[in-house]
Amino acid sequence: MLLIVLKLLPLSAILESVFGDAEDGTPFVLRKIATIVLYLIPYLVVGYDVVIKALKKIGTGDFLDEEFLMMIATIGAFAIGDYPEATAVMLFYQVGELFQSIAVGKSRKSIADMMDICPDTAIVLRDGSEEEVDPSEVSVGEIVLVKPGEKVPIDGLILDGTSSLNTAALTGESLPVEVTPGSPVYSGSINLTSAIKVTTTTEYENSTVARILELVENSTDKKSRSEKFITRFARFYTPIVVLLAVLISIFCAIFTDLGISGSIYRGLIFLVVSCPCALVVSVPLSFFGGIGAASRRGILVKGSNFLEELSKIDTVVLDKTGTLTEGAFAVDAVHPNQVDADKLIDIAALAESRSHHPVAESIVNAHGKDINSSRLGDVEELPGRGIRAIIDEKEYFVGNGKLMEEVKADFHECHLPGTVVHVAMAEAEGSSEYLGHIVINDVLKKDSPDAIADMLRAGISDIVMLTGDNEKVASKVAGEVGIDKYYAGLLPGDKVDKLESLLDGTRKVAFVGDGINDAPVLTRADVGIAMGALGSAAAIEAADVVLMDDRLSKIPEAIRISRKTMRIVKENIAFSLFVKIAIMFLGAIGLADMKLAVFGDVGVLVLAILNSIRAMRIPKTR
Amino acid sequence: MKRTFKLEDLDCANCAAKMEDAISKLPGVTKVSINFMAQKMILEADDDKFDAVLKEAVKCVSKVEPDCRIIL
Repeated sequence: MLLIVLKLLPLSAILESVFGDAEDGTPFVLRKIATIVLYLIPYLVVGYDVVIKALKKIGTGDFLDEEFLMMIATIGAFAIGDYPEATAVMLFYQVGELFQSIAVGKSRKSIADMMDICPDTAIVLRDGSEEEVDPSEVSVGEIVLVKPGEKVPIDGLILDGTSSLNTAALTGESLPVEVTPGSPVYSGSINLTSAIKVTTTTEYENSTVARILELVENSTDKKSRSEKFITRFARFYTPIVVLLAVLISIFCAIFTDLGISGSIYRGLIFLVVSCPCALVVSVPLSFFGGIGAASRRGILVKGSNFLEELSKIDTVVLDKTGTLTEGAFAVDAVHPNQVDADKLIDIAALAESRSHHPVAESIVNAHGKDINSSRLGDVEELPGRGIRAIIDEKEYFVGNGKLMEEVKADFHECHLPGTVVHVAMAEAEGSSEYLGHIVINDVLKKDSPDAIADMLRAGISDIVMLTGDNEKVASKVAGEVGIDKYYAGLLPGDKVDKLESLLDGTRKVAFVGDGINDAPVLTRADVGIAMGALGSAAAIEAADVVLMDDRLSKIPEAIRISRKTMRIVKENIAFSLFVKIAIMFLGAIGLADMKLAVFGDVGVLVLAILNSIRAMRIPKTR
Repeated sequence: MKRTFKLEDLDCANCAAKMEDAISKLPGVTKVSINFMAQKMILEADDDKFDAVLKEAVKCVSKVEPDCRIIL
């Protein structure tokens, strides 16, 4: 279409010169009509659809939109006799629209690509044969075959096969995960090396990938304050500009020599710039882009409002267990007394080998070797104290200080923080020989210290750790990760109180927990962040921001993404308003023509969209 | 009841905002959100009135942008 227009433009100019210069006595009016008709041809070729749309809408009552304004503006140009201007303005507008639709289409496509974690089909094994079906048609307990290079369609457990999976789409981590029979697999991960058979544990609608997609797509549901501001702003802005346009026209008509049509035309420049589209499109698009970028890093933000809040966070409150630490126990130190360390671990591991308590399991893990249960005789659990076990026909006591006191062992408490398991061997006359103790501690996550340092670098002024553990353990962990403020010995209810004491209105507080039993604290904080949510529906439910894996380093990253998004939003608001107001001002004093006004409308829109697309890119760390 | 619809030929963001505004004022609508970029509308309305609300919503959409259609 553009080509036709470009060919027609010079043609109409030629025609005009023929008619305009002709001194053959043709009546002036006739010549004028002929000129208008001839100019109407390229005008309509360029803008027939705009005119049709505008005319269609006049009947509906709410017609003050772009098309209507363009029609009026160009009719205005005809009215003041500036015929080429009418076509040029329309052409300029159409080119702008073309750019706009390219920009919108492009960003829609990048969003679609970003969301392309959804498997299209699933191969189900039914009656021994492979059947390709839609993932939503697979029911719980069926066996699906995932070939190398394909996406896992539904969450499940591996029935057969060993492979490595790329979970980057879910967690943002590119390191492949090794899976063996019995391992859970999550939909959306890509099978890398060899075919696996998976027994499904959920329906497609409830599988990880479907939940992520729903979260991200519905995130625009919860509007940020900036978005609400724009909607409210647009409501006042348009009528005010219309009023100003009318006032300017009246003013010019009375006090200048522009004439009525000239004055109206000047007012029209105002109207054309008036569309708040640049803001209405670019602000939500920036948020959507930011949320998308975060989701590609395994950070699910449940709404634009939370992304906005996240950018303002200055205080981060962390739970200790499961957040800073693995939430899994491991033997930290072995302090034998009179026997060697291996012997001490050996006795303790044998005694604890039948228990499923995490502390017992950590000792068995530290033992590392096969446990010969034939050496183990009678085992008795002593509630709140420990275990009495017969090993190699000798009587041993494994437990806390209270137990040691009871069996009259000459024990001493350890100087190290943590859970201490004492071991003693029974002797005659009810007393026992003390063999030493084992110190067990929750293991610190590898990236915790770095993540804390990174948060401080990202401008978080206050980091506070909450824990139910005792003072000694708390100060050890806080020291190791680099947190100087902590509260120890808290009951679950105390955590909410502590958080509330921090929420004094002067700061924005994020709480980070593992989402398992800290739901009340998560909901109370300005932003509740749950980590390690892969496969945990409860955590996704309770939090505002969900980290798909349990790496604390995702938190400074999330804050960076949110800040970048907010910067882009603010840039767009400032830029669009500045350009529009400047053009209005220039238009009012007669320095801006209609083409500049059209630029103020579509040109600004295109630039704002292009800027918003930047929000989709993940900011570089450091 | 909450349902998601796809919108075809939704070309103008300001129009999307206008549609959202008009639909949110319909009686029976609890919540409506139109995502211009994803071309989707999430409509939440009372169960018994949902069909009637949807019919009105379709009208709102075509009134604001005649070319735009809700895919039912």
